[in-house]
Amino acid sequence: MRNHLNFSIMKLIHQSIPLFFMAGLLFASIEKNLQTQFILAEPGDTITIPKGLHPIRGTLSIEGKRDLLIRGQSMDQSILSFSNQVEGAQGISITNSMNIALEGFTVQDTKGDAIKIQYTDGVIFRHVKAEWTGGPKETNGAYGLYPVQCKNVLIENSVSIGASDAGIYVGQSNDIVVRYNTAYDNVAGIEIENSNNAEVYENHSYHNTGGILIFDLPDLVQKQGGNVRVFNNLVESNNLFNFAPPGNIVGKVIPGTGILILACSNVHVYQNTIRNNKSVGTGVVSYFMTEETIKDSLYNPYTADVHIYNNTFDRWAGLPELGYDIGKLLAVKYGRNTPDIIYDGMQDPKISSGLCIQDNDDARFTDLDIEHNFKEWYSPFISNFSEDMSPHNCGNEHRLVSKAKQ
Amino acid sequence: MITILGKAYRLVFLPLLFSLLFGISPLKYAKPKLSDYDFFRGRMADHQPKEGVLPYDVSAQLFSDYALKSRFIALPKNQQLVYQKDGTFNFPQESVLIKTFYYTNNYRSSDQGSRLIETRLLINTQDGWMGFPYVWNDEQTEAYLEIAGKRLNVSFIDPAGQSINFEYSVPNFNQCKGCHVNQNRMIPIGPKVRLLNHEFDYDNGKMNQLVKWNMLDMINGLPSISSLPHTPDYNDLESGSIEERARSLIDINCAHCHRLGAPGETSGLFLNIEETDPTRLGIHKPPVAAGRGSGNLDYTIVPQHPDQSIMIYRMKSIDPGMMMPELGRKLVHKEGVELVKKWIQEMEK
Repeated sequence: MRNHLNFSIMKLIHQSIPLFFMAGLLFASIEKNLQTQFILAEPGDTITIPKGLHPIRGTLSIEGKRDLLIRGQSMDQSILSFSNQVEGAQGISITNSMNIALEGFTVQDTKGDAIKIQYTDGVIFRHVKAEWTGGPKETNGAYGLYPVQCKNVLIENSVSIGASDAGIYVGQSNDIVVRYNTAYDNVAGIEIENSNNAEVYENHSYHNTGGILIFDLPDLVQKQGGNVRVFNNLVESNNLFNFAPPGNIVGKVIPGTGILILACSNVHVYQNTIRNNKSVGTGVVSYFMTEETIKDSLYNPYTADVHIYNNTFDRWAGLPELGYDIGKLLAVKYGRNTPDIIYDGMQDPKISSGLCIQDNDDARFTDLDIEHNFKEWYSPFISNFSEDMSPHNCGNEHRLVSKAKQ
Repeated sequence: MITILGKAYRLVFLPLLFSLLFGISPLKYAKPKLSDYDFFRGRMADHQPKEGVLPYDVSAQLFSDYALKSRFIALPKNQQLVYQKDGTFNFPQESVLIKTFYYTNNYRSSDQGSRLIETRLLINTQDGWMGFPYVWNDEQTEAYLEIAGKRLNVSFIDPAGQSINFEYSVPNFNQCKGCHVNQNRMIPIGPKVRLLNHEFDYDNGKMNQLVKWNMLDMINGLPSISSLPHTPDYNDLESGSIEERARSLIDINCAHCHRLGAPGETSGLFLNIEETDPTRLGIHKPPVAAGRGSGNLDYTIVPQHPDQSIMIYRMKSIDPGMMMPELGRKLVHKEGVELVKKWIQEMEK
């Protein structure tokens, strides 16, 4: 009898869950509703972001969850707007989780980063947009789609617009695929920093200050990145003024940068179309170029094992950006015909394989050799930079990837 | 009509919702109302602890918009804290830390009453520590669990006589862990040796808290008190040098994130009181992911130049995209900013 009574009560309760949930949520804002669902989610749950433009005032957070799908109707229909954000630095913050997929929605106008994911194994962004709607501005948040200290990251068919640091940024992470994305109006379109095993392909990065950046920086927890493949991307017209707040390393990137490799090793850049980036089509530089002092004894400031091959470079005749020292120098040296590939000549003395350049049609090259050519302030202007690519023809047979296979 | 519905929602739907959701983690570890725990006798708002619930305080406090805090610890019967070499304790399961946030209506005359805002419980469950925020009602008779947090207007007259109105944020369940985290596990911040090692004014007289806890048989394995560290109270001018007080303030306000194993480690800035490396402490360290939080400045700390130091800039900001800490603060901690400024001012180059 008692069991029977318990059973029917349980059944009643069970049947009325959706009803009471609905009743409760009638009074709750979408913000509270989503946050409550994020807290109570169980493995395997799908949490839906409804259609519409939803004002959200504080960071929405997911912590310690696994196997969740957060899904909107579509990028253009389900929009979380943080323009009146009063609390928290991010739009969405995901930490200490496993297998989290975000799909089909937009995060707009956050005060800090749009979507930050940390300490998470298994991250998918698919058809997700991060944007700042007021155009490129210093007051925009730093990062758009921002996994950091993560593993197994996939970012695809997503969009970032207007980030004051990097639109799509993967930092201190491992095993990464970034593909089929679009980034524009950011300082950096796509950036891979202190990360290992990254494939960046078939992205369209345009109208940023820099198109694709592959960086290794000092003083971080994950010390060194490497094994990065950048291929089949369209990197064009990245001539936007640099609106990063000064003090940030990305603020040193000269407008007109296509692809920039900073202090990173084992990077392959191939089959990309890199065009109309007015200052540095592709740059390969050491950390010394930043003119910051290095205090991290475990940090390697050199580039090494960088391969640039089978890319198409194209550039209209025009001056590089003159507001930056490197731009002035290039203008003095080359006028309106800035070379496509620019190397600072700083090879890691401990590693024999430095820079390898092959089969980039008629791409032009210059080696700034900063160690010898920059002794006095006027030295670079009177030095002869080597434009000879032959020392960098390493004769390797590079793996070619056809577009059709992907 | 709206208010009736609101009341109906609070009195009928919410408890029902809770009872329905109880099977679901993490709510199975929480009770819907603060009174359900039976921590206090008499009028609950007076916080007169029942037996087994002991008040305590910490020598350095996280700044929480000038809120005052009362803290209690409740250990399960006949169970003990186990002292750890790093100066923390292992807590038995079902330990509860209780912290109530409240405001005195007028900080210049104590007789104008006070208002309890929220009581946070940190409960050591089978699944580890969990934080649950309870928000007090206007009548100050009960506090209800608000798992998703809440924002509410608070006003008070500050010690300078200025009237302050602002929107106070009660953190949600996840935000609790956002601060109380180490290596993916939730941990208490306050009750560790260096923050407890000072006198507390008990009903029957003053006594060092560690001595008291030891006397009550609450701790297993505590070394002799004289060998244990003590964090100075940064508000107390007599408690230590400017540097010691500033490091105390930075430790308790920043190091829960800015330490190895906690979310702020991505920046490479480590602000725990044990840190000695100047770069890791921020001296001439360029920012990593500060965004506009850099305030157009080059380094976290520029010795002798607080106004060129990002640390000061972010402490002074109340813009959610720039301020530090990121959470739990809507007002500027003016006295705190002054202290850290002084520390930077007096630093050797």
